[in-house]
Amino acid sequence: MVNQEDRIIIRTENVNFYYGEFQALTDVSMAFETNRVTALIGPSGCGKSTLLRLLNRMNDLIDGCRVEGRILFEGRNIYEPDVDPVEVRRRIGMVFQKPNPFPKSIFNNITYGPRLAGVSGKADLEALVERSLRQAVLWDEVKDILGQSAMMLSGGQQQRLCIARALAMKPDILLMDEPTSALDPISTAKIEELIEELKKTYTIIIVTHNMQQAARVSDFTGFFYLGKMIEFNVTEKIFTKPDMKQTEDYITGRFG
Amino acid sequence: MNRKQKEAVIRAVFFSFALVSILILGLIVVSLFREGLPLFRQVSVKDFLFGMEWYPTYDPPSFGIWPLIVGSVIVTVLATLIAIPIGILTAVYIAEVAPPLLKDVFKSVIELLAGLPSVVLGFFGMVVVAPWLQDTFDLPTGLNIVNASLILALMAVPTIASISEDAIYAVPREYKEASYALGATTHETILRVVIPSALSGISTAVILGMSRAIGETMVVLMVAGGAAAIPESLFDSVRPMPASIAAEMGEAPFRSLHYQALFATGMVLFFITLAFNLVADYISNKFKEVGSGTL
Repeated sequence: MVNQEDRIIIRTENVNFYYGEFQALTDVSMAFETNRVTALIGPSGCGKSTLLRLLNRMNDLIDGCRVEGRILFEGRNIYEPDVDPVEVRRRIGMVFQKPNPFPKSIFNNITYGPRLAGVSGKADLEALVERSLRQAVLWDEVKDILGQSAMMLSGGQQQRLCIARALAMKPDILLMDEPTSALDPISTAKIEELIEELKKTYTIIIVTHNMQQAARVSDFTGFFYLGKMIEFNVTEKIFTKPDMKQTEDYITGRFG
Repeated sequence: MNRKQKEAVIRAVFFSFALVSILILGLIVVSLFREGLPLFRQVSVKDFLFGMEWYPTYDPPSFGIWPLIVGSVIVTVLATLIAIPIGILTAVYIAEVAPPLLKDVFKSVIELLAGLPSVVLGFFGMVVVAPWLQDTFDLPTGLNIVNASLILALMAVPTIASISEDAIYAVPREYKEASYALGATTHETILRVVIPSALSGISTAVILGMSRAIGETMVVLMVAGGAAAIPESLFDSVRPMPASIAAEMGEAPFRSLHYQALFATGMVLFFITLAFNLVADYISNKFKEVGSGTL
């Protein structure tokens, strides 16, 4: 493997995943380093988003799906029966493709998760809101309108709010499922800068359709095709001298 | 005929058919007012609405419908209070919690309940609920506010449940995912995200349920007891407005004062349901703008 063993925060071991009869992932084994950005790329339907959602057990919400293999988060299989998916999701946050703030105030969007996790007290919550919004580089734009509905923000601001909301849980890992695919180029650039900044504190795993984005923001890249992980390596290697022909074909735009 | 003319003809045909329902509604309202308004030449609006005595066949008669209004309002409010938790929790269960098989069963049962003729429910109230109330609480009669409210609640539940379910179902999946991804449990997600997001639809459902209950005639005619007096306890009989109209219309001589008073009672009912519908409309529009988190 390309990674250094002691820096691994989460790894998958021989993971198979089925939606009913359909096998969406076949024998995926990969390891993600802490404080690095790992990009998952591949054509639509290749299983990259499915893998992402397996990492914080979001796929539990779908009826009739089945996981085989192990996903070890800090050495513990998160699919053991005695693991509480709620605990997993508190430590592994997620940002979705479409900005999805709650129809609540900006303040209440940020405090939603922490409140459920037991954070209370006005001062603590206010400090948390400011810290999270600063981390997501949104503080200066919204500091005077924290009481207003998050629905009033632009798409790019909404997505940064969603990132701030995920960061408010102080997660160890941040999963991002095509976080910029619904945004304009300027908002996209802001989010990419943000990712660069966030990897100092967090481990980021990002699914993207935009190969330039993967090349720009990630340290490692995994290429998926038809539910299989074809190649996983340092981003520079993947984009300059991939080992597999399929990877090269995809990256050079011959299919996908 | 060229294509343009055909289009025009077709448009005119559709327009006239759409007009029919509006026209008929208009005519009904006009006849309601034409028969009801003359009453106010003899009886003042204040005496009519707030008069405490409804003795339409006495000599001299008195046409105070305040006891009827109180009767209508009290059974409606009580029925709504009973129906809201049942209806909303049923909707939440069907939309969010139930496994697919049970979901279908519950939905069909609710639809069946909605389709039950009110006379059947009234019958149930008379022969099952009334004797039970009478025996359990040792009452002179089981035909009273509690009985009417229970049966009306049974009628309002399907309305509230099915409209609320639509509203809950329409809550974007993205909100729920966001909530789960932040470490919320199913019940936290339902309480803090799903229900608040569906609140406008749920409020509309409740108001439409109420307007169904207040206009319902057969049930209150059969089980409310029919006493035109201000009730002193929940086990007293009342005479809601629709029951009064239905019971007395047959005996009221054509265009007599009594006849006009019943039409005027109909007008009051009409304004109450109109107000309910306007409120429901206002609520569902007001919250529409806050919609989903699109760009």
